[in-house]
Amino acid sequence: MDSLLNSSRPSVFCPGCSHEQVLHALDQALSNMGLSGEDVVVVSDIGCSGLFDTFFNTHAFHGLHGRALTYATGIKMARPNLKVIVTMGDGGLGIGGAHVLSTCRRNIDLTLLVLNNFNYGMTGGQCSSTTPQDAQVGSGFLNKLEKPLDICQVAGAAGASYVSRVSTYDKGLVEGLKGAIAFDGFSLIDIWGICPGRYTRRNKLTPKSIEADLAKLPELGDYKTRNARAEYGRAYRQEAAKLQPATEPVRIEATCTSPEAGRLEVVVLGSAGQRIITAGELLCLAGASAGCRAAQKSDYPITVMRGHSVSEIILSDTEIEYTGIENPSVVIALAPEGVNRRKKMLADLSPEALVIKAAGIELPNSPASVIEVDFKAEKIKPQDWALVALAVLAKQNKVLTLDMLKAALKLRFRKAEYETAIAMVEKAAALP
Amino acid sequence: MGLTLMEGNEAIGWGAMAAGCNFFAGYPITPATTIYNTMLKLLPPKGGVCLQGEDEIASIGFCLGAAMSGMKTMTATSGPGISLYSEQISFAIGSEIPIVIVDVQRLGPSTGSATKGADGDIQFLQWGNSGGLPVIVLAPVDVKDCYVLTMQAFNLAEQYRCPVFLAANKEVSMTRETIDLDGLDLPQVVARRTADADQPFVPFGVKDDQFVPDFLPIGGKHLVRQTSSTHGTDGYITTDPGQIAGMQERLDDKLKKTVSAFTYYDEYVVPGADTLVIAYGVTARAAMAAVKKIQQSNAKASLLILKTLWPVPELLIREKAAPYKRVVMAEMNLGQYVRELQRLLPDKKVDFLGQMNGELIKPGQIQEVIQNG
Repeated sequence: MDSLLNSSRPSVFCPGCSHEQVLHALDQALSNMGLSGEDVVVVSDIGCSGLFDTFFNTHAFHGLHGRALTYATGIKMARPNLKVIVTMGDGGLGIGGAHVLSTCRRNIDLTLLVLNNFNYGMTGGQCSSTTPQDAQVGSGFLNKLEKPLDICQVAGAAGASYVSRVSTYDKGLVEGLKGAIAFDGFSLIDIWGICPGRYTRRNKLTPKSIEADLAKLPELGDYKTRNARAEYGRAYRQEAAKLQPATEPVRIEATCTSPEAGRLEVVVLGSAGQRIITAGELLCLAGASAGCRAAQKSDYPITVMRGHSVSEIILSDTEIEYTGIENPSVVIALAPEGVNRRKKMLADLSPEALVIKAAGIELPNSPASVIEVDFKAEKIKPQDWALVALAVLAKQNKVLTLDMLKAALKLRFRKAEYETAIAMVEKAAALP
Repeated sequence: MGLTLMEGNEAIGWGAMAAGCNFFAGYPITPATTIYNTMLKLLPPKGGVCLQGEDEIASIGFCLGAAMSGMKTMTATSGPGISLYSEQISFAIGSEIPIVIVDVQRLGPSTGSATKGADGDIQFLQWGNSGGLPVIVLAPVDVKDCYVLTMQAFNLAEQYRCPVFLAANKEVSMTRETIDLDGLDLPQVVARRTADADQPFVPFGVKDDQFVPDFLPIGGKHLVRQTSSTHGTDGYITTDPGQIAGMQERLDDKLKKTVSAFTYYDEYVVPGADTLVIAYGVTARAAMAAVKKIQQSNAKASLLILKTLWPVPELLIREKAAPYKRVVMAEMNLGQYVRELQRLLPDKKVDFLGQMNGELIKPGQIQEVIQNG
C-alpha cells in the first residue's frame, strides 16, 4: 500500500525530534496493514503531538488539550469500523488523566500513542507528568518534588489489556504499532523519545540511555490475560440488543368527573418512606382521569429514608399558569418533618381549607377545618398513610372522587400492587 | 386524545427522540439527572448510544466526536457542568459542531443549591466561553416547551451547525405536569445539509448565498478534517488575517443575521395597556397569571414571553415594546436579561423585579410592580 502521509503538507518538527520518526513508523504500520485514508481517523490534541493529524491523508480530528480520547470515544461509538488512532504527549497525558484511566477501564477499540518526551516542548520545556525528578526543565525546582508517572503500570492497573513501552529508536517500533492497532480493544503504547528543541538542551538523553532507562523499569504484568474482555462498543451493542424499546407515554382518558371546578391546590407533608411523592403523583393521575390539568412539585433532602418529604399538587380545569402554592384547598399532614417545612403556610390557611392530619401531629392554629385520622389505631403502616389520606379526601368528595382515585391506582400500579392498594382504599373508605 | 403526566426533563428526552437524537452523553447532576435517566431508557433499545462520561468534559467530548461522525447529539447538565463544558463549547462554536446542550439551571453560584431553581446562567450561557461569538439559547416555560423547544434546538443545531442551549430551570425540569402529546404543534425534523459527494470536499467552504458549510461525516468516503484551531476553509490552520476575519465574521453573522427565522415567543395582548411585561422561563407563568388577574383594572399590562433569548431577538423586542410607555422585566436572578432590554429600549422606563432565594417569583409580586412600579 501507498504511504498515507500528506505529500502536500510535509512534516515540520524541529530537527532531530523523535516525533518525526514516530510519524513515519505510524505511516509504515498503517500502510503495511493495508489501510487506506478513509479507514483511519487520527485524533490529536494540543502540543507537538497535536501536529500529527495534519501530516496524514486520513480523517482527522484535532481538539482540546488532553481531551482527544473523549472525541475518539464518540467517533468509535458512532463509526465502529474506523481505525481510531489517538496521539498525545506527556502533557495531554497529565491534563487528561481521568480520560486515560476511563478509556483503560472501558476497553474501547482505540490506539493511544503517548509521545513521551518528558517535557512540554511547545510552551518552553516545563515539567510534565513524566519528567524525571533530576531533570533540568523550565519549571525551576518543581519537578524535583513530583514523582514521574509510569503510565504503563497505571494503565494496566486501570484495566487496559494492551500496554507496551518502546523507544522511538527501537527497530521493533513499526511492528509494535501494528500490534497495537490490530488489537481488538484499547491499546496504549508509551513511546519514549528525544525533544532536542527543549529537553536535551539541558539534559543528557540518547537513544542508548533511553534503552537503558526502559530496561531498568519494573516489568509489566500480563495485562493481556488479566484484563482480557470484550471490546466496549461490541459489548455495548450486544447489551443494548437485549433491551425492549421503552413503551410510549401513557395517554390518560378522561373517564371520571371532577367533584370541584377551578384551581385546587393540595400539599402533602410527611417524611421519607411515607410514599408522599407517590401520593402526589396519584393525585395528578386522578385529576387527569377527570380531564383536569395537573402539576406536581416535590421537596425532599438528598438523603433517602430520612428527613422531610413534601409534595405540592395543583389540579385545574384550565391551563395551570403559576406552579407555586398560593392558597391550598387541602393539606395532608402526616409527619412533623414535613409540617415543620410549611409552618407559615399552615398558619395562613383559609377557612375553606381542609386539613387531614395524622393523630398526634401538632399544627399551628388556623381557621381551616381538620379531619384527624388515627392511622396507628387502625393498624395502617406508615407507608400507606398518604394513600389512605387520599381515600379519606375522596370520601369527602373534595378535590377527587373515589372513582378518580381508583383510576389513578390502575394507571400507577401493576396488578399485585394495584390489588393491595385498592383493598387499602376500600378499608379507608369504610373508616368512621 | 388523553393527557400524559410527565416531568419537564422526561419531555426533553422524548422531544430529543422525536427530533432524531441518536447519541447522548452526560454526567449525573441534580436537577438534570433525569434527562440522562430518560435517554438511557430510550436510546440504547433503539440502536442509539447513551454514555455516562467520567466527567462533564468527557461527556460533551463524546458528543463532539459523535456529532462530527454524523450523529445527532445532546448532553445535559446544570451550572457546575456548564462551567466544565466551557472550553468544549467554544470548540463547538468555532468548529461548527452541531450539539444540543441542556442547562437545567439551579441556584448558584458554584455548587449552590442542587434542588433550588434559578435563571442565574442566562448571561453565562452566551458569554461563558472564549472568543465572544454568538450561540443560540432557547428557554422553555413548561413541559410542553421542554418537548417542542428541544426539537427546535436539534433543528437549529443541524441547520446552523452550532451549539444550541436549552436554558431550563429546576422549576420546569423537575415539575411533573400534564401534557397533551397528540395535540402538540411539532416542527418538521431538519437534517444538516450535506456536501455533494461528487465534488472535492472543502470542510469549511461556504457557498456564496449561505452562512453554513455543507457537512460530510468523519468515517465516510470523503476525508474529513476537523480542528479546534483557527482554520481556513480546508480545515488546516491558517494565519492569514483575511481568512481569519472572514471566518469570524461569518460565525457572527450566521446567527445574528438569521435570528428572525428562529425567534420563538408568545404574547398576551391586553388592549389599552401602557405597560408590557417581558419574561421568560418559569417566571413567564407567574407573569401570565398576574397579567390576566388585573386585565380589567386601570393598571393593566400586556405580556411578551421570550423563548429565544440568544442571539437577542432585537427586532421583536423593539417592535413589541413600541406601543408601550413602560416595560416590566421579571426574572429569577438579580438582573441579567434586563440589561438587554435597557440597551434596546433607551426611551422606555424599564422596571425590574428579580429574586434569587430558591423560590418562584409570585404573581402577586409582578402585579405589585405593574401597579406600583
